[in-house]
Amino acid sequence: MFAIYKREMRAYFTSPVGYMFCAIFFAVSAFLFMLYNVQAGEDAHYPSYFSILLYLFIIIIPLLTMKLISEERKMRTDQLITTAPVTLGGIVMGKYLAALTMFGGSFVLTSIVYYIPLAMYGTPNTAMYAGCVIGVFLVGSAFISIGIFISSLTENQFISALGTIAAIVFLLLVSALNSYINNETIRNFLSGLSVTSRYAYFSNGIFSYDALLYFISISAVFLFLTIRVFEKRRWSNS
Amino acid sequence: MIKVEHLTKQYGDRLAVNDISFEVQKGEIVGFLGPNGAGKSTTMNILTGYLSSTSGRAMVDGLDILEHPLAVKKKIGFLPETPPLYLEMTVREYLYFIYDLKKCTLNRKAHIEEICRVVGIESTLDRMIRNLSKGYRQRVGIAGAIVGNPEVIIFDEPTNGLDPKQIIDIRNLIRELGKERTIILSTHILSEVKAVCDRILIINEGKIVADEKTENIERALHGNRRLIIRIDGPAASVLPALKRVNGVTYAQASQKHSDGSSTFIVESRDDVDIRKPIFYMLAQNSWPILAMEYAGSNLEELFISVVDEADASDKKQA
Repeated sequence: MFAIYKREMRAYFTSPVGYMFCAIFFAVSAFLFMLYNVQAGEDAHYPSYFSILLYLFIIIIPLLTMKLISEERKMRTDQLITTAPVTLGGIVMGKYLAALTMFGGSFVLTSIVYYIPLAMYGTPNTAMYAGCVIGVFLVGSAFISIGIFISSLTENQFISALGTIAAIVFLLLVSALNSYINNETIRNFLSGLSVTSRYAYFSNGIFSYDALLYFISISAVFLFLTIRVFEKRRWSNS
Repeated sequence: MIKVEHLTKQYGDRLAVNDISFEVQKGEIVGFLGPNGAGKSTTMNILTGYLSSTSGRAMVDGLDILEHPLAVKKKIGFLPETPPLYLEMTVREYLYFIYDLKKCTLNRKAHIEEICRVVGIESTLDRMIRNLSKGYRQRVGIAGAIVGNPEVIIFDEPTNGLDPKQIIDIRNLIRELGKERTIILSTHILSEVKAVCDRILIINEGKIVADEKTENIERALHGNRRLIIRIDGPAASVLPALKRVNGVTYAQASQKHSDGSSTFIVESRDDVDIRKPIFYMLAQNSWPILAMEYAGSNLEELFISVVDEADASDKKQA
């Protein structure tokens, strides 16, 4: 697992992807932070910065995950890693942790940096700020596992990225969609999927174990499904 | 070392591998020979744990690949049909990655350098794999397969796409490696198995149609039964004379040459050598022999005839 992790981390920085991710993430998050906090004057409200940041995931999460597994299949390197003495779980976890390190590292770094002006010119509620950071991190980790799963379904990076974008857009907008639906069963079902309503606990300063469990479950389920995709390919009869 | 029992792999309603059983002893170099799509790669992929069999078992060193995948994978070095290379890595990074992946415990730098020396890629160690030629990429693939000194090495078409000089180098390398290790390699090039392998398994349409030691294979398959003789004489009178020779079961004129000579195919019973009687008979009639050889001294012909026979018997059964 560690070998896979190390290789993925290196791959992020020997290809443009890692740099693109960092550039887009730093630039856009800085811009959003400035817009919602520095320039907003009396209306400054850091939870809105974090909520808006979730929409940035539509672009940056697929960047991290699109080629994690599809590229291995395309280049036939999956034959190397699946015939090496590593478990499938180890392979998938190695990749997941690499993407999580990229995302988590840059996100936590920016969050710490942005906290400094907030603390210098005001008195932010540190616990609530930390809650927002944890919330966004959990959302990101769930999206990464979805991205890895979608990447395992195709050999084509582009399709993998598009699929991940579609999935993230759906999960982010599903609550907005809900107000247009009359059927109660469908509405209940859709709100069960909603990421934003779970995230809302954190941005309201509530540390919700339900929400924590929801995000961790998403990660676990999609990582498990990814392992199953590997397994299925081995057993496939087509 | 390797034991395969009733291995079957089904893709939809096509049987890629159909009830194959064989054993490979420690230190043997075994060649899988067969036309494209015969099931060679599938068998190798099952042995290495990349694919699972539909039924049957594959064991390495007494361990079932499905029950002890990690232990078995640790013993095997595998070069798939397309070398599994990360193009954006340098050769050194790539081999170090495999070293970590296989959890090797040898001295890393010394071990990798030793492998590169053996495979002949020392000069490319710090070049990106993307920039290497096909021959070098293939060698990097081979280097990857032997990282960690696995006891068993499986090469799927190791000389595929290489130029003649490189092919000879790789064959020598495989022979060298085979001195201490068990090797299975697949190819559809016949001279290759003959040059490298101790034993040959001919696979066609998912079945083993021949399993022989290399030195025995020609004799075992066709015996001394079929002679090809070029004779300078009138075909119309030579043919009946050949048929009259004691022990000949079949004779046929196959080709007429511009110099007036003809080529004949003569078959005999297994237990008699008809070369001498034929020589005397022809000498009596003053029909000089221009050439005489056993059919099957040419592996290509042998291979095609074995595959054809298998096809024919299949059709009969159907």
